[in-house]
Parts: sequence; structure tokens; C-alpha cells
Amino acid sequence: MNKMVMTCLTTVLSLSMLAACGGGSTPAAGGSGAEPAKSEGAKPADSGAGGKKKYAIIFKNTGNPYGEKMMEGFKASVTELGGEAILKAPDQPTAEAQIKMIEELISQKVQAIAISGNDPDALQPALKKAMNAGIKVLSLDSAVNAQSRMVHVNQADPERIGRVQVQAISEMIGGKGEIAVLSATSQATNQNLWIDWMKKELEDPKYKDMKLVKVAYGDDLRDKSVSETEALLKSYPNLKGIIAPTTVGIAAAGKVLTDKGLKGKVHLTGLGLPSEMAQYIESGVSQWMYLWNPVDVGYLAGYTADALVQGTITGKTGDKFKAGRLGDKEIIADDKGTQVMLGDPFKFDAKNIGEWKSVY
Amino acid sequence: MEAQARGLQGRREFSLKNFFLQWEWLLVVILIAINIINANLSPYYLNYESLRDATMSFLDKAFIVLPMVLVMILGDIDISVASTVALTSVIMADLYHLGLPMELSILVGLAVGALCGFINGLLIVKFKELSAVIVTLSTMIIYRGIAYIILEDQAKGNFPEWFSFFGWEYVGGVPFILVVFLIFAAAFSLLLHKTTFGRRVYAIGNNSTASRFSGVQVDKIKVIVFTLTGLMAAVTAIFLMSRMGSTRPNVATGYELDVIAMVVLGGISTAGGKGRMIGAILAVFLIGLLSYGLGLVNVPAQMLLVIIGLLLIFAVMVPKLKLGKLRRT
Repeated sequence: MNKMVMTCLTTVLSLSMLAACGGGSTPAAGGSGAEPAKSEGAKPADSGAGGKKKYAIIFKNTGNPYGEKMMEGFKASVTELGGEAILKAPDQPTAEAQIKMIEELISQKVQAIAISGNDPDALQPALKKAMNAGIKVLSLDSAVNAQSRMVHVNQADPERIGRVQVQAISEMIGGKGEIAVLSATSQATNQNLWIDWMKKELEDPKYKDMKLVKVAYGDDLRDKSVSETEALLKSYPNLKGIIAPTTVGIAAAGKVLTDKGLKGKVHLTGLGLPSEMAQYIESGVSQWMYLWNPVDVGYLAGYTADALVQGTITGKTGDKFKAGRLGDKEIIADDKGTQVMLGDPFKFDAKNIGEWKSVY
Repeated sequence: MEAQARGLQGRREFSLKNFFLQWEWLLVVILIAINIINANLSPYYLNYESLRDATMSFLDKAFIVLPMVLVMILGDIDISVASTVALTSVIMADLYHLGLPMELSILVGLAVGALCGFINGLLIVKFKELSAVIVTLSTMIIYRGIAYIILEDQAKGNFPEWFSFFGWEYVGGVPFILVVFLIFAAAFSLLLHKTTFGRRVYAIGNNSTASRFSGVQVDKIKVIVFTLTGLMAAVTAIFLMSRMGSTRPNVATGYELDVIAMVVLGGISTAGGKGRMIGAILAVFLIGLLSYGLGLVNVPAQMLLVIIGLLLIFAVMVPKLKLGKLRRT
């Protein structure tokens, strides 16, 4: 019997220690357990004296360096603004896991939630519930539908991103041959939008000798992206180029092309992290690629969240606010909602990759 | 929780000894401990609203836990359940978009779920040389594959307004999903513990050959249990779909492992023949509240996996160590 008591106590102790370790990554919640939690809870309680404003970010999944940079930027701006940043990401890139996290954040009464959605529509009920609870909701990187957010923080003009990648691959393969796209998940809003623009760009008669044979989905998982790339190479032996508009996908494709010795035979471009792609760009497997600064995307989202919470902006077209070191930003209309734009995509090639690879 | 433990110890001379020496009491102790820890970690945990809404986020997969208890007491396992969830939800969404009313689509979905389970059961009793793991591993891939054929990497949403009721609304202040779960939990408990059917499930799990020779229709019971599992996977699909307002072929990924984890933690022996429904129900709330509580203090997702893994090892280990002769009956 004594052993059983000991076991129980040990479990409890080890659990609490584990929990404490995990909790250590974010500053402890302001105040002790004394804060009365109102059951009505229509508005986040900012009555707590000296309680920091809590802004949360939910990325698509853990283990994604791009997402980590973005969360880093978010944390930087929220800290600048004197708030507390809560960084969250589920272990699988699914909407159901993100819904659970939104519920947790509503219970924590955060002031704002910035989310990079795993599915544009599936988060609508959860995010609406958050907005009804008085929480400001914005999306960044991968948009949720217009009804589920107040504003979207966009990394760059989707049209430019899509078109520029087709132009790049066309230049690399001499405007002739089969090309394929290796994307993230089939429901990733941003990727799909870029792919739509790629297809529009391909309608131009100057690409009549180029053919998009397949859009494959690596789900932003390394192993799946690798096997999808291998499948592309097998199914389309005449494949000349791959566009991977996702950092996980392009790195996986770069690795496969390197391992199989296909440098110069199959060309690769897309959107990648300089730190992960430097070796492939320096070796010439990918001559050049594009990206924006994910740190800045997160940073801008932090300032946008704050502007929403302060009431400087409501998310309507024409609203203006200051975004720290990024300067003045204006909200513009997009398809059905509104967005804030970071800037143009940036080209990384052998000449400049060296100076960027240590940055992010 | 110390008082709780002492209480256990204090009763050791009583005739109630055996009653308190059960696995389920350990789960109750851990559950209370988790609540105390969570309440200390987060000021937002211990209030009605949080706890109520927490149940909405973890109960969907709990519907599969109930029949899975029967499956595992039989000495079998069903790892195709998550794929069944995906397939039934995809079919429901597709039928609705083809113009069938949502009510009818749901009925068809339930039928498809039951059919998936029926096929599993049939294969298992017809090919006795194959273990249930192998059979359901195959159907797991097949069901998920069909789901992908139907929706091809796409999502389907835009369900009628009333459909979100299942996953998001309350009945008398209690989440609808919790009410439905408690009804099903009671029904399955009665089925397992109070009916001849339930007794036969235990008998098969303990010795299926002996049961067969005693005139128990082993095959029939197995098929019924697997059909029930498929049916409950379809129920999960309805709640999950309602919660997300849309569905995709990759929905519910990993649910089979969550469900099996809950059943094992609930004290149901993986060798069959042992365990109780109440244990699994406690385990559902235990894992659910643990993960919700740790989510509230923003513990990283990977850390959560480690903690649940440790709990599972603990659950499997304790009876082997004969700690306090804890019984898993």
C-alpha cells in the first residue's frame, strides 16, 4: 500500500515538474490565481491592475523554421509594445488542433489572436467565438476567410509572388518543358492563391512550350515532401523544373535533387529560408529563389494586433497605423476582406545568399 | 490528494478493501491531482466556463473510446477508426453538396460508418489467421484512400446553419456534445456490465475457444462490436465536422492512437478480458483536462506528447510492478 501512495505522489510531482518546465517558455501569467474569472466573460478583463496585455500567435505546426522566425518577430514587436506574447503551434498541421488552441486562448482572456490558418474555413466558428468574446482576431501568412478575421497581414502581393516564380523557372529551363509545383497542404490559403497566379501567368502565350504537369502536396512535412518530390521525378521523367512555394518543400526538393545528382537537369525555385537553402543555392541545384523576411511578417502582425486592441484601427480599408521600425502601414482591400501588405518578394541568389544565411 | 491517498490506506482492513484497490481509484486520484495542478498553474482553469468549453474540444474522439473498450476486452484492436471518421465525414459533406438534405446525409454517414465497422468485423472472423491489427491496418489505408478519391485533397464546407449546433451549442448550459457523450457512456456501460452480451464479451476475451465450445456465438459478437465501433466513428465525424464547419480527407489524423491511449490508460488490458467502461471514461476526462490545462499555460505541443506518453507507460507498468496489488479487473 505504501508503495502505491508513493507512486501517486511521485506521479503528481513529476507531472507538476514537467508542467512547470514546459510553462517556463512563456512568462508566468500575470498575477496569482486570485483573478476572478467572470462567467459572463464578454470582454477580456483588463481590469487586473498592472496586468500586461496578452497577444497570442498560433502558427501552423511546430518544427517549421519559417514559423519559428515569424513567431520570433511577433514576440519582438509585442515586447517592444510592453505586452506579453504567447507563442503556440500544434504538433500536427491540422485545423482541429488549432481550434483547441483558440479555445485555450479564449479561456486565458488574451486581447488578440494572430493565426496562420491550416484551413481557411474550418476555423470560422472558433474564431467567431473569440471575436464575440471581445478578442481581436487577425491572420498572418496563411489567411483565414474574411468572416473569421478583422484583417490579414500579407507578406507580399500574392500576384507578384505567383508570377515571379513562373518567370524564374521559365528563365531557368529556357521556356521549354514540363514543370511541377510542390506545395504545402492542399488547404493552405496562401500557397493556393500563389498557385492560381502561377496558372494565370502560364496562360501567357510566351509559355506555350511549358506545361504544368502536376501540383503535389508535401503537407509541410519533410518526409512527405521528399517522397512527393521522388514521386514527381518518377512519374514525369521529362520534368524540367520544380516550383516549391514553401520553405519545407523547397529544402526537401533541394535535397532530393542533390542526392540524385539531378543538378542542372531539373531546376528548382520557389520560396525558401536562406539558412536552409544556402547550400543548394551555392551548389547551383537552385539558381535562385524568393522570400520575404518572416521575422518582419511576425513583427508587423504584432503591431497590427496592438493597433486593433488600442482601437487605432478597426480593420477597415484606409485605416492607417505605425508599425514600429517598418514605418507607416495602410489597410487595403483584398478579395473579400482587408489586409496589410509587407512588401515585394525578395530574390536570393548565389551572390547575396552568403550574407542572408546567417540572418534567418 | 494526500488525504485521498490516506483514505485509501485507512480502509485496508475493511471488507471494502478490494473495492478501493481498483485501477479506477488511481485514475480518480490522478484526475484530482491534475485538476489541482492545473488550477495552480493557471488562474483561468478552475471556472465553470473554461471546464465546460474544454469538454467541447476533446469529447469528439471520446465516442470511439466507448466501443473500443469492447474491442479491446475481446482481445482485438481497431486502428481503422480515424480513417472511418474521415471517410464518413467526407461522404456526408459530398452528399450534402450533391443536393441531399443534411439530415439524410448524416443518416447515410452513420450507415457508412457502421458498414465500415461491419466489413472490419467480417474480415476478422473470416480470416482468423490474420490478427485484428493487420486487418484494420489494411482497411485504415483503404478507407482513407477512398476519402481522398472522393474529395481529392479538397475541403468541403458551407453546411447549413443549424449543423454547427452539434459542436458548439449548449443544452441548459451544458455542451450538447457532453450530454450526448454521457448518454452513450451510460448505454455502453450498461451494455458491457449488465447484459448477457457484455458477459460474453468478457468471456471471449478471456478464452475465445472455451467460449466457442460453451455455445457463445463468438463471430457474431465480434462483428456486432466492430460494427458498433464503425458507427461511433461516424458519430465522431458528425461532431468533428460540425465543430470545423468543413471537412477534408486528412481529418482526424492520429485519432486512433489517442483513442487507444485513452482505453489503455483506462485500465483495459491489451491482452483482452479485463477492464471496465468507467476506467476508460475517466481516462477520457483525464487526458482531455490534462492537455487542456497544459494548453492554458501554453506548454509546447511536443511537451504535451511526452507527458501523455509518460502517463501511458505508467499505466502499462503499474500492474506489472504489482504496486499495492492494484487490480485491473
